[in-house]
Amino acid sequence: MHAGAACQGGALVTKVIDFRTDPSRYRHWRVEYDGDVANLYMDVDENGGLFDGYLLKLNSYDLGVDIELADIVQRMRFEHPEVKVVVMRSGKDRVFCAGANIRMLGGASHAHKVNFCKFTNETRNTFEAAEVDSGQKYICAVKGSCAGGGYELALACNYIMLTDDSTSSVALPEVPLLAVLPGTGGLTRVTDKRKVRRDRADVFCSIEEGVKGKRALDWRLVDEVVPNATFDETVDQRAKEFAAASSKPTGKGIALGPLERTIADDGSVTYSLVEVDVERDSRKVTITLKGPDAPAPSSIEQLHAQGDQSYLLRLARELDDAILHLRLNEAELGLVVFRSQGDPEAVLAHEKLLTDNEGDWLAREILQFWKRVLKRVDVTSRSLVALVEHGSCFAGVLAEILWAVDRSYMMEGEFEGDNRPIATVTLSDVNFGRFPMANDLTRLQTRFLGEPGAVEALKGKIGEPLEAEDANAAGLVTEIFDDIDWDDEIRIFMEERASFSPDAMTAMEANLRFAGPETMETRIFGRLTAWQNWIFQRPNAVGPDGALKRYGSGVRGDYNMERV
Amino acid sequence: MIDLMNVSYDTQIPNNVGLSSDKRVLKALEKWHPGYINWWNDLIPENFQQSLVYLRTAVSVDPKGWAKFDYVKMPEYRWGVLLAPHVEDRKIPCGEHAGQPAWQEVPGEYRNMLKRLIVIQGDTEPASVEQQKFLGRTAPSLYDMRNLFQVNVEEGRHLWAMVYLLHKYFGKDGREEADDLLRRSSGSEEAPRMLGAFNEATPDWLSFFMFTYFTDRDGKMQLESLAQSGFDPLSRTCRFMLTEEAHHMFVGETGVGRIIERTCQVMKENGIEDPYDVDRIRSYGVLDLPTVQKKLNLHYTLSLDLFGQEVSTNAANAFNAGIKGRYMEHRIDDDHKLVNDTYSVCDLEGDAVVRRDVPALTAINMRLRDDYSRDASGGVGRWNKILEKAGVAFELKLPHEAFNRKIGVFANKEFNPEGKLVSGAEYDAGVKNWLPTHADGDYIQSLMVPEYEPGKYAGWIAPPKVGIDNKPGDFEYVKLHMA
Repeated sequence: MHAGAACQGGALVTKVIDFRTDPSRYRHWRVEYDGDVANLYMDVDENGGLFDGYLLKLNSYDLGVDIELADIVQRMRFEHPEVKVVVMRSGKDRVFCAGANIRMLGGASHAHKVNFCKFTNETRNTFEAAEVDSGQKYICAVKGSCAGGGYELALACNYIMLTDDSTSSVALPEVPLLAVLPGTGGLTRVTDKRKVRRDRADVFCSIEEGVKGKRALDWRLVDEVVPNATFDETVDQRAKEFAAASSKPTGKGIALGPLERTIADDGSVTYSLVEVDVERDSRKVTITLKGPDAPAPSSIEQLHAQGDQSYLLRLARELDDAILHLRLNEAELGLVVFRSQGDPEAVLAHEKLLTDNEGDWLAREILQFWKRVLKRVDVTSRSLVALVEHGSCFAGVLAEILWAVDRSYMMEGEFEGDNRPIATVTLSDVNFGRFPMANDLTRLQTRFLGEPGAVEALKGKIGEPLEAEDANAAGLVTEIFDDIDWDDEIRIFMEERASFSPDAMTAMEANLRFAGPETMETRIFGRLTAWQNWIFQRPNAVGPDGALKRYGSGVRGDYNMERV
Repeated sequence: MIDLMNVSYDTQIPNNVGLSSDKRVLKALEKWHPGYINWWNDLIPENFQQSLVYLRTAVSVDPKGWAKFDYVKMPEYRWGVLLAPHVEDRKIPCGEHAGQPAWQEVPGEYRNMLKRLIVIQGDTEPASVEQQKFLGRTAPSLYDMRNLFQVNVEEGRHLWAMVYLLHKYFGKDGREEADDLLRRSSGSEEAPRMLGAFNEATPDWLSFFMFTYFTDRDGKMQLESLAQSGFDPLSRTCRFMLTEEAHHMFVGETGVGRIIERTCQVMKENGIEDPYDVDRIRSYGVLDLPTVQKKLNLHYTLSLDLFGQEVSTNAANAFNAGIKGRYMEHRIDDDHKLVNDTYSVCDLEGDAVVRRDVPALTAINMRLRDDYSRDASGGVGRWNKILEKAGVAFELKLPHEAFNRKIGVFANKEFNPEGKLVSGAEYDAGVKNWLPTHADGDYIQSLMVPEYEPGKYAGWIAPPKVGIDNKPGDFEYVKLHMA
């Protein structure tokens, strides 16, 4: 099969990066459950790198380590709803985490680095938001050196405890050491989340050895500094206190079983509810979302009984996996086409069971998961287009896809020889606040930034299946085409899109997608990431004599001193 | 006869594109056609609309079918959609896709570029009809009036040809562009035609002949380039249009030729040897040769402007994309990609006109303009033969390409017709001898008196050597409706 997007040491790695894992396969993390507290140990296996050519020394990580972390965070939500506090610690003696593995970064292709950073950013965001979204608070217990990506892990936790052993420190040494940025949210969280004074942040980010003890506390780099002798005890105590203060609804978790998929020779992927059709010549992939294959559960109990097989959870997991798979393994498929086929009423029925039971932890988690999946779509750097065809089911949560994509096209009127139900778009309550984007606005608010009244007016159309002309008049789709025009217009759009420079497309789309206010999240995905990706292209970091390449040789990077 | 309210679009429109089974185009044409008929009716004076004109209609593309002659009222002319026959295995003739099979559908990558080219070409077709709308009233003969209307209906058909492409291949955008072709209007302040030369009036018959000779020849060169397109439907459309375009240039060349012939005849009859003895020549009601030269200067230079900038990225892109080739691309012996070739283009170095080599890809416009100039010089040579034969010591010349330009490196600089940069004072002093003056215009207008009697010709123009469709000299080419 076709595969391989990662490039190690210049060689194409024809290995499919698989995002599916489970605790039996973890090599780098372990979790100990203790009632409402979970202790999460980072204990990276040096020899467990995703690719050859580097050792994951000093608890440094690569994409493989992060895939496990993402799995843990996800399972914590669904399999362990009883957990209210997660304590992140190191399983090693004198080091918390040294951050992303430098040799891995030095050898990785630009595209791999970018996708790696994006995924790690998404994972950080996920456990950071777990407290607000689900009442699962991540606290970080730092013992030993906590540097770079290590401190970025800590920054994404909502309470940082540092032992005062006169050596343990937190640090962002990227700039002095590697000539790159703390790009996984580091710079942004220091200023925006922890609100460290900018000149102190400047000092902090310029010193390799970082800051320890009382100063770390004074500068708000950590929330608590604890004498070493009582550190473990105090961490346990804090965890219990936080857990006791949480009013998180709990219950018995559900198991997230293995995600079944088959990959055909041409790279097409089949899940139970998601079809991924690859057309390599046209650099296009079509993701078809299927409507419910069973009626909505009649009760919340039945939803729990269905567990990971319930429609909206299964669909979200499959879509999430499909997107990640395409991002890392199919770099040349630049155009992603979303379709759906199924009964929109049935989609809304499944959705309604969740929204009617917001107090139930599982219902809430499924909706929160959709929020994350949709955000994952938002920041996917491919040209995204949705086709609202006859027989499609873009209703409620699935309609969000229409406003996540760059353009949408809808069938208008009868099509000869097509007896599927006429294409419609149906709004539901969830479109008005349940799925905020990174800019903290809904997709509709973002879409109608210049006409806020339009969003209010759309509320009047909730539940009404809107056919093409109405959907178009309401501004919900880009264009509508009838039987006569459809094939040609769609073909030509896709050919044109696939012919543009992928770089220009990525940049244009990223700029157009996130209108409106900045948030910490948009600043991380926009500003910080863009600057980091710029640095990742510059010889001072990645050239043969750049800092990333020379790291570990004892010789500093040879910099071109011209300011750009 | 076509019932305008109930046109059966699939059978009454001559076509070889399977119109009857093409739902998309039929639907689009149904919406567009009434606007077209309105446009036509608003344009051509009513008494001419009702007149029977002996016109050539193309009903098919084979040699027997493309020139059917009969009397027809112009609004009932059967504008058709005809493409040159499909050539098996045709390949893209130039650019980075050279050698690949010609596109039968619009390649999405080049959609916008193609659409722009077709719209610009399409915009010129109705424009010339608009420019010529008053000429019927001053036709020097029924023969000439018939030729004018023939040119007009064929420009109309060429508009149809471009509209067909827009309707067939460019979806919603294409339909909007087709509507805009009727919305823009020559010389309009609100929505003028796209190219400058097509907003100039054609106030008299000398202008008309010069226009059909020089400006329609630009059209020919553009069509020749588009006939080399890798987009096969465009290529086929343009190839067939070229067969009709040839007639327009024939009208121009013979029209100017007949004027020269008549002037020479009158000069000889009256013993005038000096062609610059303008007042005397004019006293006999014919067009003096210096005025003919001035009109030539004007129309030639306006037409040169239609070729755009000498060095053009747009033209390079279109060539490289394979959607517009060069004149006679298939006869050119090179790689048809112009990867490393150069071409010499005009440029200005200080006061001097020089030619310098640039990448050939960027000089596509310049090359086509050079081909045009060569092509245009042919007829000028034949006009001079008439002068020579008549023993009149006068030679018509194409002016230097730097003269009177509004586009390109020479734009808005004072060159004389020999291509020498002159001072403002020299230019002011010379321009009355180089370009038609208002007084010249007044004189020409004074000659524009209609001659509607069959077989008769206005005094400033000689009869043609042969009639259209071999009709005799007194044939009634237009049966005027005199309401």
